Amino acid sequence: MNTELFGIIALFIATVALAVPFGKYIAKVYGGEKTLLDPVFGPLEKGFYRLSGIRPNVEMNWKQHLFALLTINMVWFFLGMFVLMNQGWLPLNPDGNPSQSPDLAFNTTISFVVNCNLQHYSGESGMSYLGQLFLMFLQFVSAGTGMAAAAVVIIALKERTTEKLGNFYDLMVKSCTRILLPVAFLVALILLANGTPMTFEGKDTIYSMQGDTIRVSTGPVAAFVPIKHVGTNGGGFFGANSAHPFENPNYATNMVEMFSQMIIPLAMIFALGYYVKRKRLSWMIFGVMTLGFLLLTIPTITTELHGNPKIAQMHVDMSSGAMEGKETRFGTTASAFWSIATTVISTGSINSMHDSFMPVSGLTQMLSMMTNAFYGGAGAGILNFYIFIILAVFISGLMVGRTPEFMGKKIEAREMKIAMIVALLHPLLILAATALGVAMPELTASTLNNPGFHGFSEMLYEYTSSAANNGSGFEGLGDNTLWWNISCGIVLVLSRFIPIIGPVAIAGILASKKHVPESAGTLKTDTGTFGIMVFAVIVIITALSFFPALTLGPIAEYFSMQ
Amino acid sequence: MKQHILSAIRLTIVTLIFFSGVYTLVILGIAQLFPNHGKGEIIEQNGKRYYTNIGQSFTDDKYFNSRPSAVGYNAAGSGGSNKGPSNEEYLGVVQARIDTFLLHNPGVQKADIPVELVTASGSGLDPDISEKAALVQVKRIAKLRNLPEQKLQQLVKEHIEGPLLGLFGPTKINVLKLNLALENLR
Repeated sequence: MNTELFGIIALFIATVALAVPFGKYIAKVYGGEKTLLDPVFGPLEKGFYRLSGIRPNVEMNWKQHLFALLTINMVWFFLGMFVLMNQGWLPLNPDGNPSQSPDLAFNTTISFVVNCNLQHYSGESGMSYLGQLFLMFLQFVSAGTGMAAAAVVIIALKERTTEKLGNFYDLMVKSCTRILLPVAFLVALILLANGTPMTFEGKDTIYSMQGDTIRVSTGPVAAFVPIKHVGTNGGGFFGANSAHPFENPNYATNMVEMFSQMIIPLAMIFALGYYVKRKRLSWMIFGVMTLGFLLLTIPTITTELHGNPKIAQMHVDMSSGAMEGKETRFGTTASAFWSIATTVISTGSINSMHDSFMPVSGLTQMLSMMTNAFYGGAGAGILNFYIFIILAVFISGLMVGRTPEFMGKKIEAREMKIAMIVALLHPLLILAATALGVAMPELTASTLNNPGFHGFSEMLYEYTSSAANNGSGFEGLGDNTLWWNISCGIVLVLSRFIPIIGPVAIAGILASKKHVPESAGTLKTDTGTFGIMVFAVIVIITALSFFPALTLGPIAEYFSMQ
Repeated sequence: MKQHILSAIRLTIVTLIFFSGVYTLVILGIAQLFPNHGKGEIIEQNGKRYYTNIGQSFTDDKYFNSRPSAVGYNAAGSGGSNKGPSNEEYLGVVQARIDTFLLHNPGVQKADIPVELVTASGSGLDPDISEKAALVQVKRIAKLRNLPEQKLQQLVKEHIEGPLLGLFGPTKINVLKLNLALENLR
């Protein structure tokens, strides 16, 4: 078999195979059961709590959870603004990179606090090493925040009636120390062994074989890149992200980085099943997500392998596919696969430039973020999918004339209202923001890197990526302007916290309701039929909301190239 | 309320010290155990020092040329062209690259130019080219350097890096290593 194709198939199978036991481990962590790493992390976490005056055994209701979550995120935001706006004179800045302007710092800080990592700067020239290390801290804790929120939802799914849903700080800290850190550490070792730099020296100077003087940016890259993937953050150390040979030196590291961005979202699905003792439910969710993932991945790979038809007309050898914006050491197949993995999973790191992908691939990349329900980010994936499950339960309950119930809890008007608000917010933010951007060409037209339909796609992609908390971009967009920094920042905040507040609120309300034992009249939610129902709900909501906008962008571009 | 905010601030400080400080120092410490102590992979030849993974601009006809770069192989500002596939101006640039290549490589057919040699990489620092992209340049270099074509083809073959474990991913050639070996050919 073709080695490029074999590479991604083997990677995907290996990731799923490891996600199942890792999910069991995550379920144990959230359930407070004994694990192998207890002797290492138990004392460490105890130290954290003592120094912070936190009592990790005090359980919280859903409102207290959200209060704690929002408060600590606010602290991170203010601290981040301070660091980025003052990094120029703060220590660890050997390259003398400048402090960020207030609007750029606003965008960057929010973007890293909300686990998006949209970057309107390039790491080489726009971030000091201190800034990078602070962002790395946010990459840990923002992923921990999402996972803690997902853990609250999972805890609430247990069959009982309760207000108490664990302690937020405990869930967040344990997500960081026991789940993210060990994986990140192993990935860092692999990167080091493959030549990724880890140094605090500034730019190096070398002389090329042709005699040019070259300044080579370097830095503590091997510490930064692992958590960027494990936490599904995606913000690159360098401008070119994981296309950069230091961030991603070879095919082996490329496989490891793809693995490390997929493992936690996949494992969280199985953690849910282990925790609530409903493994079939996990497999239903996994099945729906994988179906969506494959439907998006396969056309992307085929299109990219086919290459650019306009270049094919120039009669060169097209056998390697569409290579603009791609690296030789990864090849077209792994680049196309990564582009969908990174967009379904809200990572947003890239190993090739999405702006230069074919229109069909641009479409599938955007659809991945528009559906925002297949695998999804660390924690965020479960939260988003939970909303779609609630919608599907309600709709199918009405269709077959049964009371809408999920896991023994009745779903009523209040929960449905919240679910609808969350589900509709996503298209509303993307489409309204894009419409505003298009309506004000004096602010946006000059920032586009490409004319025509593709230019529109650049704008649509930017807001889609912001709203999906993804962080990748059609990077030709000159996005470090007041307009893009502020407008994307606002979209980022709303599209992070409302989809956290909504599911946690629903889960909390449901948990406090009386448990109704399953009967013959209960709609089974862990079956293939129900999976198809959820899939249909996702497709209908996405297709109806986004089709018109996609027609103006990638679809129009596709037909213009025929 | 006040308790929450104070706890949040204190937890932030403690975790910041741990994840930005302790974790970083541990990785930095481990880096010292690896070759070149975490400063990237280096090749040296004739007293000059190069980064193996950072591609260089090879535009001279006497070298195997590297792929086009949107940033001119600026290792302090990586990036791709980000040109869309239907962009007329971009397609013009690709056409011009094909024409230039044909001009510098007389006797080469258009259909023998692999597309990666006329399209820019994602990082602008791609250290590699494909086997085809190296072989298509052999004729030109052989003539300029007065070497038999066969010898150069042999050199290219020796520098092919196969798929990972022979199973996964593409084959490629590191342009820098190939050109360093080319300089050593007599």
